[in-house]
Amino acid sequence: MKRAPGVLIALFALAVLALAFAYPLTAPPDGAGALGWRDGLAAPVAWALFMFAAWRALQPTDGARATLSLVLPCVAGAIVFAALPPSTGAAPAASGFWLALLGALGLALISVQRSAALTGSRLYGSLTSALFGLWVLFFWQVGVTAFEVPRVLLPAPSAIVQSMLAQWDTLGRDFVQTVLKSVLVGWALGSALGFAVGVAIDRLPFLQRGLLPLASLTSAIPLVAVAPIMVMWFGFEWQSKAAVVVLMTFFPMLIATLAGLQAAGRLERELMHSYAAGYLRTLCDLRLPCAVPFIMSALKINATLALIGGIVAEFFGSPTVGLGFRISTEAARLNMALVWGAIVVAAVSGSAAYALLVQLERRWAFWHPSVRSA
Amino acid sequence: MADDSRRLLPVAIVLAGAVVLWYLGAVFLNAPGAIERVLAPKGPYSNTELVIATWSMERPVLPAPHQVAIDLWHSLVDWPLDSPRNLLYHAAVTAQSTLVGFVLGTLLGVVLAAAIVHSRTLDRALLPWIVASQTVPVLAIAPIVLVILGSLGFAGIAPKAAIAMYLCFFPVTVAMVQGLRSPQRIDTELMHTYAATRMQAFWMLRMPAALPFLFPSLRVAIAAGLVGAMVAELPTGAQAGLGARLLTGSYYGNTIGIWSALVLSALLGLGLTAAVAGVERLVLGPRSFR
Repeated sequence: MKRAPGVLIALFALAVLALAFAYPLTAPPDGAGALGWRDGLAAPVAWALFMFAAWRALQPTDGARATLSLVLPCVAGAIVFAALPPSTGAAPAASGFWLALLGALGLALISVQRSAALTGSRLYGSLTSALFGLWVLFFWQVGVTAFEVPRVLLPAPSAIVQSMLAQWDTLGRDFVQTVLKSVLVGWALGSALGFAVGVAIDRLPFLQRGLLPLASLTSAIPLVAVAPIMVMWFGFEWQSKAAVVVLMTFFPMLIATLAGLQAAGRLERELMHSYAAGYLRTLCDLRLPCAVPFIMSALKINATLALIGGIVAEFFGSPTVGLGFRISTEAARLNMALVWGAIVVAAVSGSAAYALLVQLERRWAFWHPSVRSA
Repeated sequence: MADDSRRLLPVAIVLAGAVVLWYLGAVFLNAPGAIERVLAPKGPYSNTELVIATWSMERPVLPAPHQVAIDLWHSLVDWPLDSPRNLLYHAAVTAQSTLVGFVLGTLLGVVLAAAIVHSRTLDRALLPWIVASQTVPVLAIAPIVLVILGSLGFAGIAPKAAIAMYLCFFPVTVAMVQGLRSPQRIDTELMHTYAATRMQAFWMLRMPAALPFLFPSLRVAIAAGLVGAMVAELPTGAQAGLGARLLTGSYYGNTIGIWSALVLSALLGLGLTAAVAGVERLVLGPRSFR
């Protein structure tokens, strides 16, 4: 008989979960009225789902459907488990809860391992990473609440979401100030300037030879450090942050544009020449299209850089609005849930901008090997 | 050599042009302030006096290059190395946390990459998150790391190094995963016919093949680590370090001080990157160095 991968962990999870059933779920301070696994609706359902998943993990799960029959009870069990009184902080946890949590850890390992072993579709990869993320979220939420980790140290995800919902208009204003004003304007202006200068000095090899080494050196320089100077010049408002972002995004775009304009092959250029195409014609019909992949990757790099520049520049002084301001002041007031909320906003806008640029790249540079292989 | 001089001349001319622009910019940006505070009280003035005044103001909007150079020189020479008025002292503080974070981050990145290459589970579950986290402004998390480590009792270099480490390990992990996977199938099969264990194949084939991928990522990592260390010095109200100097400079409106700290941090960044490039040249030999 074929041995299932990770069967020892599955056995361990099954044993621990079975053992957990004999112990109480909560430990009320006065010692009376402790809840067990039989009480209520959530506890028996969570336990049964986990037990089923552990039993399922004893056998090999080849193929998508068999794996799904392991993963689904795991996820469902985890969701119900997160609603149990000790997970929500309604009651202190007891030994039965800890044992079940240990079993859940085993189930997490197996379910991620089994779903990672799936082959065939690219979708399985993203599902596996999503499953892993869900488990991390689960242990973050349940662990932080049950272990009573101080909120200052690490707030539970539910607390973060709550504070985000409660302070939604504050975070919204911060988002408009930082992302839509300083970062977006700075990113567009810096990238456009880099592109324009790149195209302009493309015909001046002397200037290129002089500028390119210096421009590539700037990647080693902490350009964010110009933020205090920009704040002095342009004031506390978003213009100073946009100026920092312009400076940070200018050089990557300049380098990428210059490299991209060189990317057109000799054969193609000679073909254009034989068509008697002038400089502008060649630029528009051959060299700029060839430069698109370079420019797109510079835009992607710049999106990340711009967000960092916009947020860090606010540490040097800003009006009382903005993601960087929110992060630094709320961290000083130890209101960590809102700090995490601001970081979530920054992270989501960063990833969304990146994803958007990747989609545009697929559309505009579909012919490039780096896009086709991805 | 001929090639070098052909490259050096344009660079020198562009640099000279930048310095000229800087001086001109100083004249235009400082002129209103210079007229108002220095020249107007004394009565009529000539254009030469105006230009000289804009280049020697105490708190200029844009200090002239020689003012920054003199300030930097004075702070380096006039004070002992362990004095907080010596900028080298601050550069050393920042460099120290950068380097500690860089070493730890590189180790973490390499170990993580080795684990990812050998485990399909980690590859599928963890790698997408690492890649995705690169699109997130990780520096925003610095104040949180500072608070958490501070409340756990870590102070001084540890929080700064932790943030530098956090910024360093992403590029190293991603490049090392790519590098460790770079050996051709034919090479891994050869190792297999030699009955090489996984460990032997790792050290004799994968690791050497990954080095050309590792070093460029190290250059990126150390620059990112420097930014991380400097930003980590901002919210803590740190007493020492280039980031702290920038902050105090901006509090007191000491423009020349900010520019000195800025120039020194640029030099530090270039020096650290050059050091990594030097190690790269030593390890990989001059030929593979682009």
